[in-house]
Amino acid sequence: AGARPVEDLESYRGVWVFAEWRSGVVHPVSRELLGAGRKLADKRGVELAAVLLGHRIEAAAAELLDYGPDVVYVVDHPELARFTDETYAASLVELARRHKPEILLAGATTMGRSFIPRVAALLQTGLTADCTDLDIGENGLLLQTRPAFGGNVMATIVCPNRRPQMATVRPRVMKPAVDRRNGRVEAVTLPERCFEHRVEVLQVIAETDETAKLSEAEVIVTGGRGLQKREHFRMVEELARLLKGAVGASRSVVEEGWIGPSHQVGQTGQTVAPSLYMAIGVSGAIQHIVGMQGSRIIVAVNKDPEAPIFDVATYGVVGDLFQFVPAFIRKVKEERGE
Amino acid sequence: MHVVVCIKQVPDAKNVRIDPDTHTLVRQGVDAIINPFDLFAVEAALRLKDACGARVTAVTMGPPQAEEALRDMLSRGVDDALLLSDRAFAGADTWATAGTLAAAVRKIGDVDLIFCGKQAVDGDTAQVGPELATILDIPYATLVKDFELLEGGHLKAVRRTDEGTEIWKLPLPALVTVLRDVGNPRVPSLKHKMRAKKADIPVWGHGDLGLDPDAVGLSGSYTQVVRVFSPPRRSDRILIQGAVEEQVEQLYRYLKEVKVPGL
Ligand SMILES: Cc1cc2nc3c(=O)[nH]c(=O)nc-3n(C[C@H](O)[C@H](O)[C@H](O)COP(=O)(O)OP(=O)(O)OC[C@H]3O[C@@H](n4cnc5c(N)ncnc54)[C@H](O)[C@@H]3O)c2cc1C
Ligand SMILES: Cc1cc2nc3c(=O)[nH]c(=O)nc-3n(C[C@H](O)[C@H](O)[C@H](O)COP(=O)(O)OP(=O)(O)OC[C@H]3O[C@@H](n4cnc5c(N)ncnc54)[C@H](O)[C@@H]3O)c2cc1C
Repeated sequence: AGARPVEDLESYRGVWVFAEWRSGVVHPVSRELLGAGRKLADKRGVELAAVLLGHRIEAAAAELLDYGPDVVYVVDHPELARFTDETYAASLVELARRHKPEILLAGATTMGRSFIPRVAALLQTGLTADCTDLDIGENGLLLQTRPAFGGNVMATIVCPNRRPQMATVRPRVMKPAVDRRNGRVEAVTLPERCFEHRVEVLQVIAETDETAKLSEAEVIVTGGRGLQKREHFRMVEELARLLKGAVGASRSVVEEGWIGPSHQVGQTGQTVAPSLYMAIGVSGAIQHIVGMQGSRIIVAVNKDPEAPIFDVATYGVVGDLFQFVPAFIRKVKEERGE
Repeated sequence: MHVVVCIKQVPDAKNVRIDPDTHTLVRQGVDAIINPFDLFAVEAALRLKDACGARVTAVTMGPPQAEEALRDMLSRGVDDALLLSDRAFAGADTWATAGTLAAAVRKIGDVDLIFCGKQAVDGDTAQVGPELATILDIPYATLVKDFELLEGGHLKAVRRTDEGTEIWKLPLPALVTVLRDVGNPRVPSLKHKMRAKKADIPVWGHGDLGLDPDAVGLSGSYTQVVRVFSPPRRSDRILIQGAVEEQVEQLYRYLKEVKVPGL
């Protein structure tokens, strides 16, 4: 039966962070997770470890040491140069079986959300998705808080009887902290079966359309139907470029064909949580809001003071976007001396 | 070729809220809809049916009223529908949900391909697909935007990642979770509606699936929701009206103050 406690609950110790990398460089979410993991490890009085899987990733291992782990476990194997759910899950599972961490965290990135459920299922333990807050409860349990129902509801979830307690954590929510202690790097050799995979990666195509990288963007400028015409949508693109951000769109705009569907934010588009989200001429229908309300700062520009987008905005500009946006673009350029 | 589509009936997001007194979810008066992402999964399956005559079975685990969602599936052209419903299934987390779905797929028997939505808009975890595939011990690909059957029992899947696109080849049987890019969902047709109305939809409980009641639903779940609450209201809201120049100045200053990257 599923929820029967594992027999040796007490023998699981330590907080683990799965460290993700891109082109040999540590992904920001992994630094954030080490910051959060350090706090949890201190509260529990246990070690903090990072797990790094890949090929020729020495530089990333060294970089991780700057963010507080007591140990970085590195598995270096040619088959890990490319991600597959099977090889990454098998490697992480093998390590977790050997060392028995009590807590295992990973970024809620497309990679984490794809293979971490497999890890949880193989380890036969619970997994909480896309957490925005982590804490240790009175009984030493990991309290995992996450939004559900598109952010309309928050839930705190525990995994009392199984180990490790596993969570994926939303990027850009936790704070990284530079913390150089005398952590060590430990190279680990795993059995060859960890690198076997039924899935074959035929081709990897780096996205040429930079702006489509919505989920990773620090800044997103989104245009809505209030822009009236495809030509006016250019304003949004220009502002996004100025702020080194990505371009988002409401569904209406995608349906009008002003921009491709990969830019759509919302229930049937992408869920995003950048540092800055600017909504220009977007009414703020619930299906849009559920896709962006996790953003740190939300600026809305709308001529209708009753527009629902203002309910989630941290900063609302009530006015005509055709006057405001060009003036704002001028201001940014001016300040930069352009 | 037999394709299974997993669908979920969900509360319409715009009406879900927390009762401020009881701190529980208010479900009363909330309409049920089919998880919007699952409509794309069904469309993907129906395209295989059109292309190579695949048989398509829609499966859902849910309360008795989820039958309505399955009739909608039949009216869009799905061949068979199956309802997994049992009081013992209530309160399932993703692990228990995936375990129950896996038992159903095993009992159905000859399944070559399983389609799931990208995620359900209520639980929002995106975990059921990968967990289901893992329990069934079949390969999977998430976030698939296009696919094609290859000779020799393989599937070519085009996946979206944070960095671009990847093309994977998976031996069947396999599971994929799909994105909207697979195609716009078709609407119910008159012909299929007639059949859907009359169709017999089998209902399987834990006994039919050979599952221990302790292994399903709340008691078979590893995670427990201990608290639900409303998200904290944004208390830092500023609303500015007035002259454009002043608005521009104010916003610029504000964005500088809060240290927006790039400014
Ligand atoms: C099942 C389902 C799923 C959906 N999924 C999504 C989704 O993923 N994403 C999404 O975005 N939508 C989604 N929608 C659609 C959603 O309900 C709205 O229709 C859509 O978001 C509206 O887009 P909009 O805000 O651009 O347009 P509108 O609602 O038309 O709003 C335009 C806004 O511009 C303002 N405006 C007009 N002129 C000016 C001006 N000169 N200056 C300043 N402001 C101006 C208006 O006041 C108005 O508020 C979904 C709907 C359904 C039913
Ligand atoms: C507030 C709240 C928070 C929760 N958080 C978690 C959590 O962090 N971890 C956890 O394990 N559980 C969690 N749950 C429980 C979870 O919502 C349920 O287990 C649910 O049955 C499946 O998860 P999901 O809705 O996230 O589906 P997802 O995994 O997002 O769904 C993906 C796809 O799987 C298929 N699918 C999902 N459910 C069914 C079904 N019942 N029948 C047929 N196909 C289906 C569909 O194709 C769907 O598109 C939470 C529940 C609530 C109410």
